[in-house]
Amino acid sequence: MPQELIERSGADIAADVIAGRASAVEVAAATLAHVASVESNVGAYLTVLSEPALAQAARVDERVRNGERLPLAGVPIAVKDNMCLDGTRTTCGSKILENWVAPYTATAVARMLEAGAVAIGKANCDEFAMGSSCENSALGVTRNPYDSTRVPGGSSGGSAAAVAAYEAAIGLGSDTGGSIREPGAFCNLIGFKPTYGRVSRYGLIAFASSLDQIGPLARTVKDAALAYDAMAGYDVMDATSIDRPVELAAESLRKDLRGLRVGIVREFDTKVLGDDMHRLYNDAYRDLERLGADIVEVSLPTADYGLATYYLIAPAECSSNLARFDGVRYGLRAQGDDVRQMYDNTRAAGFGPEVKRRILVGTYALSSGYYDAYYVRAQKARTLTARDFERAFATCDLIACPAASCPAFQFAAKSDPYSMYLMDYYTIPMSLAGLPALSVPCGWTVPDGGSLPMPIGLQLCAPLFAEKLLLGAAHAYEQATKHAAARQPALSRVSA
Amino acid sequence: MLTDPIDIRYVAKLARLALTEEEIERFGKQLGELLEHVNALKDLDIASVPATAQVVESRNVTREDSLRPCLDRETVLAQAPQRQGPFFRVPRILTE
Repeated sequence: MPQELIERSGADIAADVIAGRASAVEVAAATLAHVASVESNVGAYLTVLSEPALAQAARVDERVRNGERLPLAGVPIAVKDNMCLDGTRTTCGSKILENWVAPYTATAVARMLEAGAVAIGKANCDEFAMGSSCENSALGVTRNPYDSTRVPGGSSGGSAAAVAAYEAAIGLGSDTGGSIREPGAFCNLIGFKPTYGRVSRYGLIAFASSLDQIGPLARTVKDAALAYDAMAGYDVMDATSIDRPVELAAESLRKDLRGLRVGIVREFDTKVLGDDMHRLYNDAYRDLERLGADIVEVSLPTADYGLATYYLIAPAECSSNLARFDGVRYGLRAQGDDVRQMYDNTRAAGFGPEVKRRILVGTYALSSGYYDAYYVRAQKARTLTARDFERAFATCDLIACPAASCPAFQFAAKSDPYSMYLMDYYTIPMSLAGLPALSVPCGWTVPDGGSLPMPIGLQLCAPLFAEKLLLGAAHAYEQATKHAAARQPALSRVSA
Repeated sequence: MLTDPIDIRYVAKLARLALTEEEIERFGKQLGELLEHVNALKDLDIASVPATAQVVESRNVTREDSLRPCLDRETVLAQAPQRQGPFFRVPRILTE
């Protein structure tokens, strides 16, 4: 019974809890028992909230008994550990915040809890969300539930692994250059980044503020849509959150793609994919066509400049945002003879190599004499990218492309920093333009040198604020193809 | 764009980051490599293009200048690495 219960979708769990067929406490207890049995193999969580989850589930049951029709009643969720949850350790996967306890709750998390979700734990991530494999976490190793020798993707890798291994129904992630979409693709999930500003960033520990966006990872499009509906909308606590009405997505998912034009990007380099993935993506485009879409070619002339643009803007913003970690008010402090030495030593001891690298790049790009040559030039290139998409969306409704250039890779396979940065090649342009985009499972491939088939993801991208169209189209594709259901994650049934 | 060698010690000083000799060597090299990649941006014709400030919409956000609840002082100070009464304590900031 418990295994059956935890493998249900969030939508089904909420329906059961509301109808009284299961209680939120039962669901939470079954999920926590499952976490206890598989977590030593998966390593999705940095903190498991055993008692708080049961207490919170009891409150959900109480609210349901009082007649509240909570859309996420009793749905177990994993929260990426860069989002604050009052009274809970929130680490960003970093030694500098290893023992920091958040004194308030992020708006996105609060809205999920308000809708009836139950937080099972805080999920591992690359340190300060910088990375594409979770290997940059200073606090734990997370394994891909489909092959334990491979990474779950990143930076929201813990949230993705938790959902794939049934340690939660929905995961909250944050996406700066692909950090929801890539782990979604690696773990056979929907990974959805809404329009920049659609979901409040209040309580999300900042990495690159003009790019960071919270979104869900889920096993079905419907669950991703339910989470989006719960989280989206204006928040007075985030000055960049968008003050315009949200079109709810979960109740109006499409059955086909009739009348939609789907653009394939001419400039994206597809040679990196290899033959098998190339074939799978062509199959996916044909499936979109079979569902009624018109496939058209579109042009994004600056697509190939995305990485260069991003790896100036994101580190620049990171170097500024991470200046707050100075050992004075919270977090780690290392000793020094004077305050200056204390700063230098605290940051040296508290940050890992990737964070240091990006702080150095960003500091350099913003420093006197180099600012115009690097940072300003990158922000101008970003304008060109946004214009490219605007022109493309004059001739299509959605854009389809790969979510990542390879399936989940083995640990330590990308030890050169730039080879890791290349993982974001297909996801960065959408981030630069602030567009909503998601990855949806589109097939399986056996990686070079591997033995187990691994999932790959199709990325769909829509114009600003067209989340409803995007989720609707993804749902039609998911229901027609059912690629995600083809395999079960090996690690979800291994006991410790 | 520029191709000067990077003074990594100076950048680290600006970033308030103590680096080991090994890190200076490694990060200096990696920074140089990354900058070679981003130098691709010099091929773009951007002379008349405005720099992005906001991707979605630009508007002023203000609020009424009035008292509202905030975090409790004890809650905040409880996280301090070192405190003295109601203050954050730091190593000396002035030399005699």
